[in-house]
Amino acid sequence: MADKSIRFLLNNTVRTLTDCNPNTSILQFLRAEEKRSGTKEGCCSGDCGACTVVIAELVNGDLRYKSLNACIGLMPSLHGKQLITVEDLKDGDRLHPVQQAMVDHHGSQCGFCTPGFVMSLFALHKNFPNPDQHQTLEALAGNLCRCTGYRAILDAAKAAANHGPDQFDRNKAYTTATLQAIHADSIRELTDGEHSAFAPNTVEELASLLQQHPQARLLAGGTDLALEITQQLKQLETLIYVGNVEELQIFEETDQGFTIGAALPYSEFTPRLAAEYPDFGDMIERLGSLQIRNHGTLGGNIGNASPIGDTPPVLIALGATITLRRGQQERTIPAEDYFVDYKVTDQREHEFIRSVFIPKAKADHALKIYKISKRLDDDISAVLGVFHINVKDGVIETSDVAYGGMAAIPKRASNCEAALKGQAWNTATIENAMQALENDFSPLSDVRASADYRMQVAKNLLKKCYLELDQPQANSRVVNYFDGGFISQKGATSHA
Amino acid sequence: MRNLPEINPAQSSAIKGGIGKSRKHESADKHVSGEAVYIDDRPELANQLHAAIGQSTIAHGLIKSLDLSKVREAEGVVAVITADDVPGHIDIGPVFPGDPVIAKEKVEFLGQTIFAVAATSHDLARKATKLAVVEYEELEPVLSVKKALEQENFVRPPHTQQRGDANAAIAKAAHVLEGEVQIGGQEHFYLEGQISTAEPTEDGGMTIYTSSQHPSEVQMLVAEVLGIPFNLVTVDMRRMGGGFGGKETHAAPWACVSALLARKSGQPVKLRLSRSDDMVLTGKRHPFENNYRVGFDSDGRIEGIEVTVNGNCGYSPDLSDAIVDRAMFHSDNAYYLNQARVTGNRCKTNTVSHTAFRGFGGPQGMMTIEGVMDDIARELGKDPLEVRKTNLYGTDDRNVTHYHQTVEHNLLPEIIEKLETSSNYQQRREEILEFNAANPLLKKGIALTPVKFGISFTVQHLNQAGALIHVYTDGSIQLNHGGTEMGQGLFTKVAQVVAEEFQVDVDTINVTSTRTDKVPNTSPTAASSGTDLNGKAAQNAARTIKQRFIDFACEHFNVDASQVVFADNQVTIGEKVMSFGELAQLAYTNRISLSSTGYYKTPKIHYDREKAAGRPFFYYANGAACSEVLIDTLTGEYKVTRVDILHDVGHSLNPAIDIGQIEGGFVQGMGWLTTEELMWNDQGRLLTTGPATYKIPAVADMPEVFNVELMPDEPNREATIYNSKAVGEPPFMLAISVWSALRDAVASVADYQVSPELHTPATPERVLAAVANLQKR
Repeated sequence: MADKSIRFLLNNTVRTLTDCNPNTSILQFLRAEEKRSGTKEGCCSGDCGACTVVIAELVNGDLRYKSLNACIGLMPSLHGKQLITVEDLKDGDRLHPVQQAMVDHHGSQCGFCTPGFVMSLFALHKNFPNPDQHQTLEALAGNLCRCTGYRAILDAAKAAANHGPDQFDRNKAYTTATLQAIHADSIRELTDGEHSAFAPNTVEELASLLQQHPQARLLAGGTDLALEITQQLKQLETLIYVGNVEELQIFEETDQGFTIGAALPYSEFTPRLAAEYPDFGDMIERLGSLQIRNHGTLGGNIGNASPIGDTPPVLIALGATITLRRGQQERTIPAEDYFVDYKVTDQREHEFIRSVFIPKAKADHALKIYKISKRLDDDISAVLGVFHINVKDGVIETSDVAYGGMAAIPKRASNCEAALKGQAWNTATIENAMQALENDFSPLSDVRASADYRMQVAKNLLKKCYLELDQPQANSRVVNYFDGGFISQKGATSHA
Repeated sequence: MRNLPEINPAQSSAIKGGIGKSRKHESADKHVSGEAVYIDDRPELANQLHAAIGQSTIAHGLIKSLDLSKVREAEGVVAVITADDVPGHIDIGPVFPGDPVIAKEKVEFLGQTIFAVAATSHDLARKATKLAVVEYEELEPVLSVKKALEQENFVRPPHTQQRGDANAAIAKAAHVLEGEVQIGGQEHFYLEGQISTAEPTEDGGMTIYTSSQHPSEVQMLVAEVLGIPFNLVTVDMRRMGGGFGGKETHAAPWACVSALLARKSGQPVKLRLSRSDDMVLTGKRHPFENNYRVGFDSDGRIEGIEVTVNGNCGYSPDLSDAIVDRAMFHSDNAYYLNQARVTGNRCKTNTVSHTAFRGFGGPQGMMTIEGVMDDIARELGKDPLEVRKTNLYGTDDRNVTHYHQTVEHNLLPEIIEKLETSSNYQQRREEILEFNAANPLLKKGIALTPVKFGISFTVQHLNQAGALIHVYTDGSIQLNHGGTEMGQGLFTKVAQVVAEEFQVDVDTINVTSTRTDKVPNTSPTAASSGTDLNGKAAQNAARTIKQRFIDFACEHFNVDASQVVFADNQVTIGEKVMSFGELAQLAYTNRISLSSTGYYKTPKIHYDREKAAGRPFFYYANGAACSEVLIDTLTGEYKVTRVDILHDVGHSLNPAIDIGQIEGGFVQGMGWLTTEELMWNDQGRLLTTGPATYKIPAVADMPEVFNVELMPDEPNREATIYNSKAVGEPPFMLAISVWSALRDAVASVADYQVSPELHTPATPERVLAAVANLQKR
């Protein structure tokens, strides 16, 4: 029997929630039920950050603070966690140091985005007491401000560094003990009688729930699923929240590679993956925003089967595999076999993605990933190109090339690969392979790019890959221009 | 000649938050704590309903039938209204007719209001709107400027400004160029969407809580649609979560609809547009398609020019007449055009009616001439900055605009010279040439562009303002004026003015919400004029009360007026010293009125539109920006790597707020010209309806090096409030330097021999296309 309630800390108060429609967003709960109006609705699609709240949760017995877009966070995901909103930051009458820094540095103008920035800054300083510019930009990339131009907010972020202990630090023992006490034990069900969300704790429970409720939708980070509720005004009848299933949260490293649980959020595994594949790490840092990556998962990015998902082309080019489970049965398939047609996958009824295996970097292989979008951060790719290439003695031994945004599914560029494999590593080969892309893809025109641009860029990215491998020292990318370090004024933002 | 009608107060003033101080925003503490109340945060009123808009699903057609039976039966629905439920005026066009509050027989854009629903929740109201069954007789929509021009489909007649004979001058010139630039529109993307709550009153009137830059117009329009006198409608407006022009006229329809639904249901009604509805239903910055023909000499000096600006106004006039006029007024930007003819067309298309947005047409006007400067430079093989300097307005001659206003107090030669030095322009130009020669893939570009922006509403009667000040007997002050706070710091600056007048700490002054029952018949907070107008009105109110204090003190204590001194929260009267509060109490007990209105109207301005001549602007605000960019010639991606700005705000009332306006305006302008791309399909449907597809600048887009300075020691020569200058709009146009720098980087691909075509927004796709065009040559 499922326990028909969820329990969480709202700041320092344990809340037990029963009789609640699981389609309710955390933002709706805060504003309508709790009358906490400090958290704002800017877009209701997880793209502006005005509704940013912070979730504290226990990871290996320690408290971790993560920013979240409350507009697309659903209530079932709150069980066993602490929800902190802008109202909780003041200590009596005193502003929190991040709030005071925003005031002192004129970081608010109209003030509507401000609570969201304050919460992102709060989480940033909890995780990095003295954040550097890179960490600060990463923490704020999902918060849009239309008034300030951001300089004042960055100054505030800097000024709040090393602000010392706050009431959350002082309450740490209580918070930890309380969260441990309400941690998931039995299957949870949140229901209003018409809509239900189940929250299993084990893979067995999940497998069995899926067989009982074949129409149920799986909810992990919900960063895409919730848009059906907030944008299309749908009400989902049955949800299964997989975030409490520990086996789906694994990260295992062996000599062969990494096994990543389907429900492990990006921000939990990106640093380790980035150490192995720097380009993969750089790309994930531009996938959505930190609020999205704190909750969005690899399983979701795959299962969603979007033609513009950013990780699938990488998984295809790296020869990753996906392990699926149904009931007691498991099967493992190459990542590229998962994607069949537009939003059609090889996933069968009652089946779910359990984990993804990514092989370790192979000697002499290069991995180049290029994410092309209108805006640098938090923007869906027009084209994503991945090149996994091994050149030996001037000859291309292996060539795995895959693209996103070029077809109905994330797809390997077979003709291009064939034009590369076994050929001499030179411009003539590259020109041929660029041309071969026309046989691989006929992209569409949409709001992000025209078909012509997509094809031209797809070709040019191969050329860029060639030039980068050929002349590793050359300046070749705008996006991490400063990381290349050939301007000396980094951090010189100034005025009185 | 220096002529300073205002005396600057002593800078040693001991009060907190007097003028010239970087006082924090009056709501800053409330912003950061989430305690600042926006309309959606107000506690629900008893029986309050939530509204949503039923929208046209075609761009142009006649409504043959409108079946709302399923809408009425839907869960939670309490009231449904159509045009037939409007007791008063249907047309709520702010200047000219053309905007039905609810369309009756004809729809003219996809998304137009055809009915409205009030239900027990926001989501139920939205869901119900989808259940309408509507039959249309479709008419051919006009969806492009080109087609509107072909059909001479205009919302207002064309207009021309001219001086001399441009055609003859061009014919005689040594060099002639012509060209076109297409300039995209821009979504305001205020973080707080449009919202209004209407609460019926016992008199059959309405109290309206709205997020609007123009409460008086909301009052008027609500009264008119309800068919009741203005005095039965009260509008309350404490703060907006951003406006940028988008809540000047386009806040009113939602107030009117909520009032109509409140009238119909007898219950309070809140109408909050979801982000996607807001983006579909409200107007944007006008897209423009401009062209020019210019004749110039071998130094690049313009001898004659013909400019045509074609604004895409959408389906109705709204403010488009004045917006296209302002584009025409700014077709010179900072340059002497000599023999000039500027024509403006107001193209009617079947899209949402485009509206005010920071700059109000000025930016779109300036784009043409800044493009011309670059084009002349490439043609003559000169540095674009040299051509710009050659064409700047002179100080004694070559200083009359094409609308016959003399450009006085022109600071631009000095600003440009200073910025050229502080940004190290010449040396960086050399370094960029070297970089570009050495790097096949990445190219750099740099540009330094000026801004000259005319300050005043070009509709003369709007240049007036009122204020109301109460001094209470404890010495605390309540301040109210017709201006609205949208984040720009107006309330802070005006409070600083009053603090300065009374010589009291600014935190003894409480600024209350803008209300039509406190200060009536106000102008919109727009045209950068908020502080100029309301600051002066508040100053006048303060001076009235202060004079009463002085007169009273003279009589009561038998001293001379020169012996009454207000300083440091105290008043010295002869040998006696008392606190400001003690004086207030004493004056009250002696029956002195401690409340006063204040009024102001801008002097000197006049304009004869028939003759297209006069002085539409009280003064000009100036500034210049130097931007450097880096582009990728394989993908078109780019980054703005460094920006230096020197901007003129006269004597700054609050440097922190002014710098905030400059930085914010610049970044917003940069977004307009780079990543913010509005797309409509061939049915007239807006495709970019949220931040997932419409990309405003995010934190990493801010230039890594961003040096912003205020022009020092240059008080406004006109008698503005403490000789400050307006700052809301002018910095927006500093971002044209980014576009020019992108063109510079692209031009490097063909060794600066060709001026590349680069329409805006200059997305990576457009930049790559521009590079490819030059590589093909």
